[in-house]
Amino acid sequence: MMTPISVYIHIPFCIRKCLYCDFLSAPAGKDLQERYFRALLSEIRGAAPLYDTYEVKTVFIGGGTPSAADAGWISMLVEAVRSGFHVSENPEITMEMNPGTETPGKLRIYSEAGINRLSIGCQSLQDKELKALGRIHDSAAFYRCYEDARAAGFRNINIDLMSALPGQTPDGWRDTLEKTMALRPEHISAYSLMIEEGTPFYDRYGDVSRHDLYDDLEKDDSQRLKEAKWEALPSEEAERQMYSDTLRILKNAGYHRYEISNYARDCITDPGKYECHHNRVYWERGNYLGFGIGAASLVENTRWSNTRELNRYIAENGDQEKIRENKEQLTVHAQMEEFMFLGLRLTEGVSMRGFETYFGFPIEKIYGRVIRKLTEEGLLEQKADHLRLTARGTDVSNYAMAEFLFDEADS
Amino acid sequence: MDQSKIRNFCIVAHIDHGKSTLADRMIEKTGVLTSREMQAQVLDNMDIERERGITIKSQAVRLVYKAKDGDEYIFNMIDTPGHVDFGYEVSRSLAACDGAILVVDATQGVEAQTLANVYMALDHDLDVFPVINKIDLPSAQPEEAKNEIEDVIGIEAQDAPLISAKMGIGIDEVLEAVVHKIPAPTGNPDAPLKSLIFDSIYDSYRGVIVFVRIRDGVIRKGMQVKFMSTGAVEEVVEVGYFGPGRFIPCDELSAGMVGYFTASIKNIQDSRVGDTVTDAANPCAEALPGYKKVMPMVYCGLYPADTARYPELRDALEKLQLNDASLFYEPETSQALGFGFRCGFLGLLHLEVVQERLEREYNLDLVTTAPGVVYKVHKTDGTMFDLTNPANLPDPSEIEYMEEPIVSGEIMVTTDYVGQIMQLCQERRGRYLGTEYIEKTRALLKYELPLNEIIYDFFDALKSRSRGFASFDYELKGYEQSELVKLDILINRENVDALSFIVHKDGAYERGRKMCEKLKDEIPRHLFEIPIQAAIGGKVIARETVKAIRKDVLAKCYGGDISRKRKLLEKQKEGKKKMRQIGNVEIPQSAFLSVLKLDDTK
Repeated sequence: MMTPISVYIHIPFCIRKCLYCDFLSAPAGKDLQERYFRALLSEIRGAAPLYDTYEVKTVFIGGGTPSAADAGWISMLVEAVRSGFHVSENPEITMEMNPGTETPGKLRIYSEAGINRLSIGCQSLQDKELKALGRIHDSAAFYRCYEDARAAGFRNINIDLMSALPGQTPDGWRDTLEKTMALRPEHISAYSLMIEEGTPFYDRYGDVSRHDLYDDLEKDDSQRLKEAKWEALPSEEAERQMYSDTLRILKNAGYHRYEISNYARDCITDPGKYECHHNRVYWERGNYLGFGIGAASLVENTRWSNTRELNRYIAENGDQEKIRENKEQLTVHAQMEEFMFLGLRLTEGVSMRGFETYFGFPIEKIYGRVIRKLTEEGLLEQKADHLRLTARGTDVSNYAMAEFLFDEADS
Repeated sequence: MDQSKIRNFCIVAHIDHGKSTLADRMIEKTGVLTSREMQAQVLDNMDIERERGITIKSQAVRLVYKAKDGDEYIFNMIDTPGHVDFGYEVSRSLAACDGAILVVDATQGVEAQTLANVYMALDHDLDVFPVINKIDLPSAQPEEAKNEIEDVIGIEAQDAPLISAKMGIGIDEVLEAVVHKIPAPTGNPDAPLKSLIFDSIYDSYRGVIVFVRIRDGVIRKGMQVKFMSTGAVEEVVEVGYFGPGRFIPCDELSAGMVGYFTASIKNIQDSRVGDTVTDAANPCAEALPGYKKVMPMVYCGLYPADTARYPELRDALEKLQLNDASLFYEPETSQALGFGFRCGFLGLLHLEVVQERLEREYNLDLVTTAPGVVYKVHKTDGTMFDLTNPANLPDPSEIEYMEEPIVSGEIMVTTDYVGQIMQLCQERRGRYLGTEYIEKTRALLKYELPLNEIIYDFFDALKSRSRGFASFDYELKGYEQSELVKLDILINRENVDALSFIVHKDGAYERGRKMCEKLKDEIPRHLFEIPIQAAIGGKVIARETVKAIRKDVLAKCYGGDISRKRKLLEKQKEGKKKMRQIGNVEIPQSAFLSVLKLDDTK
């Protein structure tokens, strides 16, 4: 029996960088793209023979905006994986796509290549909000994109949505959610906007980790923001409202939450059918290989990531010996930490028996004190064999997860 | 060494009048260093000094100057601090000199600290000659500056060299003036050794390095010397003089010379600045007078951020005290901060300098409590004690009355800003004594001010309200009865002793309110709501609330890039570790520091 593995392929190109985006992505000319794709194909082909005992269950082509690139390259990437690796019978092959970059022609090529799941970066259905984000599309472009995808035969589609956007109101967010539900996509990723350092949004809004202080400042300083024509971020109150609306509206529409920001349409015969199997691999610490710049890999508890420098990647022609960085064999402590802080992202939480089977120690022996503390604080609960975050625990999950890190002295 | 060819002198100036630049030029001109080797400012070799543009540690450098008369002269130039806080250090540097160069800025004229420093030099019987600096600036008024020196200070200034230290103009003239206007030392080289310790530093390789001015006799390698105040006897391991930025060993130092020696000094307390070192075999009859003992004026608690590093902090303070005799410290404990030290300083700048030196030179992370002055507490049982730590204030029912230190201050300011400065003094409970007009455009305001009103940010306020055109000098006048109260800070209903301070009752509400506001920003949100209260004798006078945290989620987990999420969580955990646990609230170190700077935010 072969070991399951997943493949991630990074396409670092987009039409224009959005104002909040801190992903490894930038606009690039055709020529540079071509050189990158050649290196990428070379990396995939070079790696494949080393994973002869593995079976690829999922493939995820992310970016950037993969749909902005020439569809021929995408086709060749999938083909390179299919011909180099053992690929399972019904693999999940996802590609990210942004409205305004797709055409019916491209969609047909994707479908023919074997891509069977699309993830569409919609973010919002309010044009004002899309503009504030610096997106290249409006809501009409999204509808076109979605319809074309359905028309091309895609039966598994995710829609990315974002809340807590500049100028967004709870009413606007509900409207976006309801209109999206009406389309009945198989999957929703509903993220709360994070202001990341190094983005134009960070320069604008700064560090909003103390949201209460930001709100105070906002009251005093709203005039300044108006003059600068910046939309203010929603208050903490409004943000919490949007969050609870998300839970309620999606649940009522027949979607179940299986991860902090991810929801899948219920399916009576196969409850987990529309969940993103690829992302589950990350949270469950399965094996995965990342190809392309900045892509991360985890195989048998060894982690590494590829160089983030495009020119170097191209110059080395994707030679894995030369582009891999930060290679690290995870210690048992690091594995335990990850088991917890990744597993707790899932709604079902972590299996205590699973922990013991994997590590050979009962979870109580390792984390008994932390589990009791978090349980007392009302952040963690036990259900049958699983430990999971409570609703409150999910709200402050960083706090709860950090508790599972060992002190340096312990490791 | 022929004493008539030695000149021991220092340069005194108001802050920013160009003392260090002049020192650099003189070092360059005397050819000890090439221009290329010159660091920007050779004498100021500590990082902090460079950043702040002020000189803190007195240092000495030996120069060889070939004068116009064809003879070579040895110049021992001893650097002095320029800030009012360091009057004591100026004093001990002056004791090693025979004369002083007074630098006056041609654009600013005589300032309050110029006066203070000149008077101190004259007190030490030094011959002072002025130079007028910055004559290259368009706003320079050298003639006015000369007249002002004569009028205000009363020393001859008409033939003062007109220089620009920055442009290198007039430096030769200054060097010649040193030869002619600074007297040669007059010690007896054949008498028993009598030398004054004017500084000492700790070097991890050589141990204690003692800086001495030889009054009489000779000190040489291998000799047994005696420290007169402690009676300790040590063998001299090395003697030498000060090259720019380094030590140059030599065979002996004789009367009139300035240099250093090292000995196998085990107890660093033995080499006390101001002490007299003599020949153990043939001691001198009596010790030199030493220096005026100074009393610390400002106290605060210093605690290691990491409680385990208490012994390191103790060692560091011990070493710092070596060349900073005005630093006082004694152990204390705080419920909030654990083991630390109550330290006494000459002023707030001195406090900051010590704190930065501890952090930079000794690599310590510190938590500092709010600085306070020494209050005299008269109890109902008729006894009185000096209060240096607010936590030790007895119950109000046991207090008859309290006294606080008052300083007499002189502020020199251009007449345009007299109004603003008077208002500032009034806000700080100043008592106006009078105004003297130095000339048409400048006035000397005289005030009596409570010391606890000027230790926080008085200098900053002075500078900002006068656009830098005011200078301040003060000396302790005495104690006066005052209506003082202890302001306590309660975090989540627990009194945090390290945040308590003494304040005049009229200012208590304002201070309490600001403290609460500041702490609200500094204390991170917890899972529960945290009230922050300021209270006097159990009565709450101000309150803020840190709301319970509502959300702390990494919404998007970046694909397979787990390291990123891990870093975030580690940062979170690391941040927590640096906090002080008070009850069930975690307070960052920065909260304790931020209350020192109440006025620069709101």
